[in-house]
Amino acid sequence: MHFTYLITGGNFTHAGHASSQVKRILKQLNVNPVTIKRIVVALYEAEVNVVAHAYRGNIDVDIEPERVLVLITDEGPGIADIELAMKEGYSTASPKVREMGFGAGMGLSNMKKNSDKLIIQSQVGQGTHVELTTFLTQ
Amino acid sequence: MNVSQLVETLNLTIFSGSRGLNKPIAGGYTSDLLSDVMGNAEEGDVWITLQTHKNVMAIAQLKDLAAVVLVKGLKPDADTLVQSEAEGIPLLGTNEPAFDITGKLYKLIANDSGLTISL
Repeated sequence: MHFTYLITGGNFTHAGHASSQVKRILKQLNVNPVTIKRIVVALYEAEVNVVAHAYRGNIDVDIEPERVLVLITDEGPGIADIELAMKEGYSTASPKVREMGFGAGMGLSNMKKNSDKLIIQSQVGQGTHVELTTFLTQ
Repeated sequence: MNVSQLVETLNLTIFSGSRGLNKPIAGGYTSDLLSDVMGNAEEGDVWITLQTHKNVMAIAQLKDLAAVVLVKGLKPDADTLVQSEAEGIPLLGTNEPAFDITGKLYKLIANDSGLTISL
């Protein structure tokens, strides 16, 4: 099964919309609730990152019996130092975004903790590509 | 204990989402950092925060939280109310600061589950 969602940079009113849809679909497919929670946490953080940092992006969700693969691709500033960005507490979020309670530098580590495989590729000035894999077989 | 009993005991304001007042309460989480709540709150928790924007309800829905309590007399944004209604997750308020209301909630939950608090 395959689903695609668009994300607009800067638009926090719709942040979490794709995560909410994916949660509903996984529930309908009777995926284990603990696994659903992990996927949703990781996806939400990815979604918020696109809204907070990029101009636009899209989410591709591919569901197979043995795994859920989520691809998040954005057009945006990219990440100069991915290792540094992965450090808990490190953030480049704007003061406005921080005031909302985002930008605590916990997003990427939440994504890592809540996925079985996380791949981040980025080109400064162009954008970022994230692959989140969660295995469904116990 | 459910959300309705919590509202009554702690004299909370109900802003919206009264459809979810019978939700059982499993615990609580107090934080204003959204990723912290996303990563660490548990299903059935009451979330105590000063954040009033719509994303609070998105997180409450994604994490299956029991209710959200806004502290210090803060009022929710209009679209936060709408989202709370749509999801049926109670959005509540108190004039107390986070520390005080958290302490009271903790005590209630502990009493409810028959725990003896020793500090």
